[in-house]
Amino acid sequence: MIESFDLSMVNWARAQFALTAMYHWIFVPLTLGLSFLLAFFETLYVRTGNEEWKRITKFWMALFGVNFAIGVATGIILEFEFGTNWSNYSWMVGDIFGAPLAAEGIFAFFIEATFFAVMFFGWNRVSKRFHLVSTWMVAIGSNLSALWILVANGWMQFPVGMAFNPDSARFEMQSFFEVLLSPVAISKFTHATSSGFQLASLFVVAVSSWFLLRKRHQEMAKKSIVVASVFGLMASIFVAFTGDEAAYTVAQKQPMKLAAIEGLYQGDTNCALCAVGILNTDQKPGDTGDPYLFAIKLPGALSFLATRTFDGFVPGINDLVYGNAEQGVIGVTEKLASGRIAVEQLALYKGARKQGNALVAETALAEFKRHEGNLGYGYLQTPEEAVPPVALSFYSFRLMVGLGTFFPILFILMLVFTLRDTLENKRWLLGIGVISIFLGYIASEAGWIVAEVGRQPWAIQGLLPVGVARSNLTSATVAGTFFMFLFLFTVLLVAEIRIMLKQIAIGPEEK
Amino acid sequence: MIGSLELTQLQQIWWIIASLVGALFIFMTFVQGGQTLLFTLTSSEDEKSLVINSLGRKWELTFTTLVLFGGALFAAFPLFYATSFGGAYWVWVLILFTFIIQAVSYEYRKKPNNFLGARTYEIFLFINGSVGLLLIGAAVGTFFTGSNFLLNDYNFVKWQHPLRGLEAAFNLFNISLGLFLVFHARVLGALYLANNLNHVDLVSRSQRAAFNNLLCALPFLLIVLGSLVTMDGYAVDPATGAVFMEPGKYLGNLLALPLNLILLLAGLVLVVGGVFLARFKGSTRGIWLSGPGTVLVVLALLFLAGFNDTAFYPSKVDLQSSLTIHNASSTHYTLTVMTYIALAVPFVLAYISHVWRSMDAGKMSLEDVKQEGHNEIY
Ligand code: HDD
Ligand code: HEM
Ligand code: HEM
Repeated sequence: MIESFDLSMVNWARAQFALTAMYHWIFVPLTLGLSFLLAFFETLYVRTGNEEWKRITKFWMALFGVNFAIGVATGIILEFEFGTNWSNYSWMVGDIFGAPLAAEGIFAFFIEATFFAVMFFGWNRVSKRFHLVSTWMVAIGSNLSALWILVANGWMQFPVGMAFNPDSARFEMQSFFEVLLSPVAISKFTHATSSGFQLASLFVVAVSSWFLLRKRHQEMAKKSIVVASVFGLMASIFVAFTGDEAAYTVAQKQPMKLAAIEGLYQGDTNCALCAVGILNTDQKPGDTGDPYLFAIKLPGALSFLATRTFDGFVPGINDLVYGNAEQGVIGVTEKLASGRIAVEQLALYKGARKQGNALVAETALAEFKRHEGNLGYGYLQTPEEAVPPVALSFYSFRLMVGLGTFFPILFILMLVFTLRDTLENKRWLLGIGVISIFLGYIASEAGWIVAEVGRQPWAIQGLLPVGVARSNLTSATVAGTFFMFLFLFTVLLVAEIRIMLKQIAIGPEEK
Repeated sequence: MIGSLELTQLQQIWWIIASLVGALFIFMTFVQGGQTLLFTLTSSEDEKSLVINSLGRKWELTFTTLVLFGGALFAAFPLFYATSFGGAYWVWVLILFTFIIQAVSYEYRKKPNNFLGARTYEIFLFINGSVGLLLIGAAVGTFFTGSNFLLNDYNFVKWQHPLRGLEAAFNLFNISLGLFLVFHARVLGALYLANNLNHVDLVSRSQRAAFNNLLCALPFLLIVLGSLVTMDGYAVDPATGAVFMEPGKYLGNLLALPLNLILLLAGLVLVVGGVFLARFKGSTRGIWLSGPGTVLVVLALLFLAGFNDTAFYPSKVDLQSSLTIHNASSTHYTLTVMTYIALAVPFVLAYISHVWRSMDAGKMSLEDVKQEGHNEIY
């Protein structure tokens, strides 16, 4: 199964996936949140009949359109990349993974595509009410597409509802609802969409703050800030809540990811959480020294986060790699040995079946079944390979959570000063408002880095390492397309940003 | 109810569904066809804007149909998805490339400060409509002419040609199919514009363009059909699953499945009929004949490739690696779930056509484009 490994091809493929996904994620969260903000603005217009709200809606809608187009352009490549770069993956789990992608097309993308046209071009062609409905449908459609893709991603993080079929050597779906309602899928969906709402609110706040600093379109800016701050504040609370829930699910389902996020090498009961810290990057699995050069710790907090009790045991990297019999943690070392047997017996079984040797096939299958759960580990070369990049996970997580505590404060300040009608004079706050959109993007991309880098080396947690998931391509080929996409997306991004800035400078239509 | 269907029945149902989505996509390529007509059909900036705005109301639907086609193949025939995309790498990557540049072009073309200039975005649209469709045609052509891949015991694909899929474009049959698709899309694009625009000049130019492009498409269609009825095909022995070459296989399929023959002939008549009505009777409704005609023709072609014990994604270099709707499909369980999901498709089609009708109630004129705010046009 593992033939000649061309490791650098895997790394190019990972880099390419990360590149295209991270580009996609520049546009997606804005679409997710701004579509709802548009729906709120337009609802206010329809309810009050105040033409100012219509102008506001149209202004933000123009920016939405610019962003949406490139969101679509970057999305199509991701869908087909599973086939082009991860074709073994696509075959081995296509039964399970393909279904949500197809459902996404049927249930979500068509809603977006159809009602997008009405929302944009229908102002004079359909009734006011139908137009409003269409705007809401765009918002619902966008967020439904998030649902399906995150179900798919959640399944990669925590595979459920399936079984391995030794005859076809692939994973087959047993329960669609288990896949759909998996706790990881739900925590991903709620967290990723609400973080999108937050990011879009920051976008509206940032642009409006800029208008206020320039003393332009002040009425529109203030109205927009109120709506966006309320939405953003609600989203922030939800983001923190679902983020905590996400961390708890990670602790349950992907303990290695949690250990990496925390830079935790030696597991402990009553484990402290490192709130701010600097990692000792020389630390290797197996080392027992202090992993932090500097750290501010909250005693017991990590145990509480991971187990919901202050004295729960949280396994560290060392426990997970080498095992900890006392706490009942089975290490990768042991799983790897068992996984090797599974791989061997599977090959034996297939060979025997081909030759029609029923007896050998039967014993091989029975032996395989005993070790089946560790199949994925059998493809690892060393136990240490099962440890994801620690520093990247650790810092990305702190960046995201730190910003996640800052955003609600910003929204509250914005609200307070708007209600007191003194926001124009708070130039420092408006300045922070303008910058905050960049912080929003950093937090949002950092979130995906935590989720995806922390999953390494698995394409599917515990079952399929990335090296086996890949296609049979040379690294030159994949590197070639990597640079093609890098160039193309960068050119398109520059175009997008320039158009956006110009549209913002032009401002809303004249009254 | 669906759960009690046999696996083979579900596989057939999914081949039909996938074919239908593919056929609808080819119908929707009137958008791509219109894009390639942009330079020749229009004689002023205003007219260009009118055409782009008319097409621009529909591009997303075409795009989404393509995405769904990919998703449906992934879910229903994952081995095809893995083999073809992972194997014929370059052809698919280039196709995707042309769709990426299309997606931004409508929105960005006329926006101030757009970095690349309106002309570049128009060229993007042209590339999408020409190169994009040509390559899609070449890729689909390999359903009949075969590709160069091997599958090992674990069904992992090894492509045997250094061009990784692009070699398909150097085969007469494949390239003819590709060129046919390009001209055919231009026919549909012209018919769509004739139907959608309120502009006397453009409408009559479109009607003529539809006819001329049909003439251009005809030789390629004849090559495709002629080869199809004479070529050897990839047959499957239903008892053993072994794949072997059978002379006149596709002609045989056509005769064995009379419905298919009817679909093909009726489809061709409708396509040609729509164009003739437009050209010689001055009708603006030709698209409503030629469009459905297209769907029938594509259905017939894909049925030829997949049904009647035929390998739909054959391998030239190793016949036994060829994919059939049986060996490439998902499990019974997944196909069942997917079939329940597919029950939503009629509702999707219903709201799409409702929205489409209410948006297209009035034809689009130069005044419409001028009246809209600067942000409501492309
Ligand atoms: C949380 C939300 C989310 C996430 C994680 C992703 N996407 Fe996405 N995607 C969207 C949310 C979204 C969206 C907001 O719904 C977009 C942006 C613009 C649009 O039309 O829909 C979209 C567009 C979009 C399109 C174009 C659809 C069209 O025809 O309109 C495709 C094919 C994909 N995405 C596929 C993917 C794949 C394969 C992903 C996994 C790596 C992925 N997306 C991650
Ligand atoms: C306030 C405290 C926050 C906590 C405790 C938190 C927690 C988490 C955790 C544990 C994950 C990883 C989930 C996984 O690996 O499966 C995650 C992912 C993510 N976070 Fe946060 N987060 C917070 C704030 C934010 C903010 C402010 C943003 C962006 C504006 C954000 C955006 C994301 C994104 C996009 C992901 C990836 C999607 C996902 O896995 O759900 N998060 N977050
Ligand atoms: C849009 C937001 C996403 C971002 C920013 C993102 C980020 C990343 C990154 C950084 C990697 C490379 C990790 C590494 O090699 O160290 C990666 C790999 C990958 N991600 Fe994501 N990801 C996103 C969404 C998704 C989703 C929603 C899915 C599944 C549907 C997914 C599936 C994968 C796969 C298949 C790989 C390659 C195999 C692997 O390295 O595990 N990603 N992603």
